Amino acid sequence: MMEFLSNPLSALILLPAAAALALLAVPERNGALLKNLALLASVLVFAVSVRLYLGFDPSLAAMQFQLDRPWLPAYGIHYYLGIDGISLLMILLTTLLTPIAILASFNYIKEAQRAYYICLLFLEASMIGVFAALDLFAFYLFWEGMLIPMYFLIGVWGGPRRIYAALKFFIYTMAGSVLMLVAILWLVSARHAIDGVWTFSIPALYGTPLEHQAQFWLFAAFALAFAVKVPLFPFHTWLPDAHVEAPTAGSVLLAGVLLKMGVYGYLRLAVPLFPQGAAEFAPWLAVLGVTGIIYGSLVAWTQRDMKKLVAYSSVAHLGIVILGVMAFEPAAVAGAVLQMVNHGLSTGALFLLVGVLYERRHTRMIEDYGGLAKSMPMFSVVLMIVMLSSIGLPGLNGFVGEALILFGSFKVYPWLAGAAVAGVILSAVYMLGMYQAAVFGPLRHTENKILPDLSVREWLYLAPLLLFIVLIGVRPNPLLKLAMPAVNNYITMSQRQTAPVLPGISLSVGRGEEK
Amino acid sequence: MEGNYYPLLKWILAAPLAGFALNGLLGKKLLGEKAGGIAGSLAIFISFVFAALSFSDLLNLPPENRLLRDTLFNWISAGSFSVDAAFRFDPLSAVMALIVTGVSFLIHVYSTGYMKGDAGFNRYFAYLNLFVFFMLTLVLADNPLVMFVGWEGVGLCSYLLIGFWYEDPEKASAGKKAFITNRVGDAGFLIGLMLLWALLSSNGVFSMDFASLEKNAPLLASATVLGMAAPTLICLLLFFGATGKSAQFPLFVWLPDAMAGPTPVSALIHAATMVTAGVYMLARLHFLYELAPKAMEVVLLVGCFTAFFAAVIGLLQKDIKKVLAYSTVSQLGYMFMAAGAGAFSAAVFHLATHAFFKALLFLGAGSVIHGMSGEQDMFKMGGLKKEMPFTFLLMAAGWLAIAGVPGLSGFYSKDLILEKVFEHGGMLVWAVGVLTAALTAFYTTRLFVLTFLRAKRAEGHAHESPLSMTLPMAALAVLAVAGGFLLKDRLFLFLDPAFVQPEHTSQAARLMLVSVAAGLAGIAAAFVLTLPKTAAALKSAAAPLHSLIFHKFYVDEIYAFAVIKPLKLVSDKVLFRFFDAGLIDGVLVNGTAKVSYAAGRALAKVQNGRLDLYALVFAIGVALMLFWVI
Repeated sequence: MMEFLSNPLSALILLPAAAALALLAVPERNGALLKNLALLASVLVFAVSVRLYLGFDPSLAAMQFQLDRPWLPAYGIHYYLGIDGISLLMILLTTLLTPIAILASFNYIKEAQRAYYICLLFLEASMIGVFAALDLFAFYLFWEGMLIPMYFLIGVWGGPRRIYAALKFFIYTMAGSVLMLVAILWLVSARHAIDGVWTFSIPALYGTPLEHQAQFWLFAAFALAFAVKVPLFPFHTWLPDAHVEAPTAGSVLLAGVLLKMGVYGYLRLAVPLFPQGAAEFAPWLAVLGVTGIIYGSLVAWTQRDMKKLVAYSSVAHLGIVILGVMAFEPAAVAGAVLQMVNHGLSTGALFLLVGVLYERRHTRMIEDYGGLAKSMPMFSVVLMIVMLSSIGLPGLNGFVGEALILFGSFKVYPWLAGAAVAGVILSAVYMLGMYQAAVFGPLRHTENKILPDLSVREWLYLAPLLLFIVLIGVRPNPLLKLAMPAVNNYITMSQRQTAPVLPGISLSVGRGEEK
Repeated sequence: MEGNYYPLLKWILAAPLAGFALNGLLGKKLLGEKAGGIAGSLAIFISFVFAALSFSDLLNLPPENRLLRDTLFNWISAGSFSVDAAFRFDPLSAVMALIVTGVSFLIHVYSTGYMKGDAGFNRYFAYLNLFVFFMLTLVLADNPLVMFVGWEGVGLCSYLLIGFWYEDPEKASAGKKAFITNRVGDAGFLIGLMLLWALLSSNGVFSMDFASLEKNAPLLASATVLGMAAPTLICLLLFFGATGKSAQFPLFVWLPDAMAGPTPVSALIHAATMVTAGVYMLARLHFLYELAPKAMEVVLLVGCFTAFFAAVIGLLQKDIKKVLAYSTVSQLGYMFMAAGAGAFSAAVFHLATHAFFKALLFLGAGSVIHGMSGEQDMFKMGGLKKEMPFTFLLMAAGWLAIAGVPGLSGFYSKDLILEKVFEHGGMLVWAVGVLTAALTAFYTTRLFVLTFLRAKRAEGHAHESPLSMTLPMAALAVLAVAGGFLLKDRLFLFLDPAFVQPEHTSQAARLMLVSVAAGLAGIAAAFVLTLPKTAAALKSAAAPLHSLIFHKFYVDEIYAFAVIKPLKLVSDKVLFRFFDAGLIDGVLVNGTAKVSYAAGRALAKVQNGRLDLYALVFAIGVALMLFWVI
């Protein structure tokens, strides 16, 4: 039992889960205690993740903090954890955003508070689990497990169309995941057919020799599940609905962390497991990514609801990340990993700021605002900085990731990278449009004249995001250095074009998939 | 690494950044107006002093070794992509840094008077300091990516300052338009850099600093992209970026609207410094352009067309600032003509003299607007020479300098450009340049006459501006008068040690006579044609042409009608409503859900609990399976 807690990775998963269970003991009417306990637990988790960061050796290419305990040994299922630089960055993003999301919920959530904070903490546990798992079975459990708290967050504490949005989110994601489950089982049984061993270990499965056609179909199944999650155009229509209905904290974690899991899935599983399949699909996925940049930006431009605008901007931002991931070029992939962090920070902050307005005026329609610079000057400054980060102004974080992706992928896909630059123009079009309509101009609505500016609590959860937005923009190298060995691993594995094919066995896998 | 390590450079940048932080963080409540204005101006003065120190140290070096460098840290490093946060101080950067800090300081001092009592006084100085920081980043950058930081940063400050009085939606819109138009150009700039890096790194060259680019540029000479020589395509893409920042055709449309900002901002950002960034970039990358004669030709023609086109629009504007705005577009066109003719030093020379006289003209216009309590329509002015004698005198210096009167600064630089254009660009381009010189003399004289001379047309009393405003103008007036004469040969020798003073040929003398004559003709014509009767007669005689010019050839309307509206319509009606909400979500997603639901309902009817039916289905199933197996 002790090693489950002494291993910091395992502790990171168990701690929020244990805290969630502990909250059961607190009576519902004691709201203040519930909030503070949940916040305390998530801050503690963040502290543990900082320890993880300090103990991580960025010069090593191997998985670190490994813990491998048999779970269902008869089927080769293990509780197997371990991280590289990419997973570490995603875990840090998760542990940073969760306390922020909890703090942002203090005034907004008034009903069923205990269940709410329990959901948030379970969500955190399963998100960390996804990034830490090195066993496919465990990965899948965490992946699906995360849907449940998110489903409730949208469905119970969401807006007027919450049931529709929650169900859509759930079924959309499930539909993709089920195919992935089939593919996982196929892969594991194919592996068993080759060497007679049952294993779900991801590193062990990396070497599985598979025929080209099998790789094609297995990659397709994984890629679809991840494309829904990213979301890659045209699998994105669940996202605007989910965001609009979700409470602020739900949107922050959905955009900040959940979307990254799709990209992470390509980086950790789909590409390294099936490099030949990936090679065939990569240019098409890159095309979808760039389509998403332009499409998402243009549609964002037409939105009147701020949350929808930010949701469509996410389609554009994740589109450029996919372009980087599918370029298999070190600078581009490193840029994509950094951009995942950047998008979590800036879009997380954007949803928080929309939440700040919503708590005051109970509307997210842009036309209900205007002239906020007068009544909420500090809010306007913060929104300006976050907006500039989101549109990739050099000096702030967004530019570094974007530039690396563009410069790196230009070598591989010059036309696509050239087209992706359109995002530079279009992001300014929709973001500046929203900013002008909401913040500049006269105070047209009397209700907006007396809006209070940012409170101490709001400063408290926005300040860390602002700090990182500036810090990463000026000094991105510490993060890039963390990611680089993992990025190089990913590229090496993506180039394994000639996996040895054992006669007879893998052929049957290929033929089976064909039908 | 080449160049001499010189740790002082960072302080040129640090001072305005500190000024920004001071005014930005403390603001009006903690710092107050007076201290804020002093701190903001002092920050720029300190920056100027450091620039001057660096300059004198640079001069002490032998001419072939004049390069100071200061590398702060490695900024971005991933894979083979590595960029330093590094700065350089060579003759070109030195000239730019001195102009930027010098003119900025004067305009900061002027602003303490102009912005007095404005609710956003400290915010204004914070933005202005931030602008100087980014502008210096742009001109001191040691590689194109750090240059791009400055490039976009000045665009941001321009946006913030154009929309400084944000409560007026029109002003806020003008800021947005400037930012987005600039970003259109920036996209070209970025693709140009991507192409440059991709080609160089495929040749094993990964470092992007200017010295290494210059050394390795010949590697590109033989490469072709899209059937074009690689340097040509790269230079055209970068030049597209320059047309955004430096307001050349087709992206010039934002600059006239940018006049919505406070007038000192127009003087500093939208005349003297930021808009010259495109010219500076071409001069900085001259070694690339010299490999791309086709691109140089495009630069020459675009510059020539813009110079003429904008001067024509400037002829009929009523708003004093709009005249100066179109004049700036036109004068920038001259600089690009020079660059396109390969005379990069001449371009920088005109950049310098233009910074002096155009800043002076804008500050003069600001003084007039200040004195008239916000009036900008020249037809409501007139006769101000009595009420504003200092402004009148100082403005006269600026007017004669831009009009090309011999001996003043504009004369030297414009004359040199026309000479170079004649040599390298041909007769026609030169002729358009001379015609533009005549138009320039015309519209500035018209501005001067309508504002200061003749009878007063407005009610009320105008007042002369305070010393804080007239003194900086006086300093600029000295430069506008004597700057050309003082700088001409020294500047060329400094920028290019190999420069040999050309012999003054009889041809050069003839060309000069023609352009001086054109300028004087323009001045004379303006005195005659601004008489109310002749103006009215001319207007009715050529009514359609008048209307076309007065409406600025409808360029804004054409862009709105041909690009912006269709794009918005398609985004909303086709992409969002039809495709996103209708097809994907409506038909595919919810359609699938509906079909599944209906199928479920239908299947549910089958499960009605009647065992005989179950048995029947079962039997049919078994029969079918047997049939299939056999």
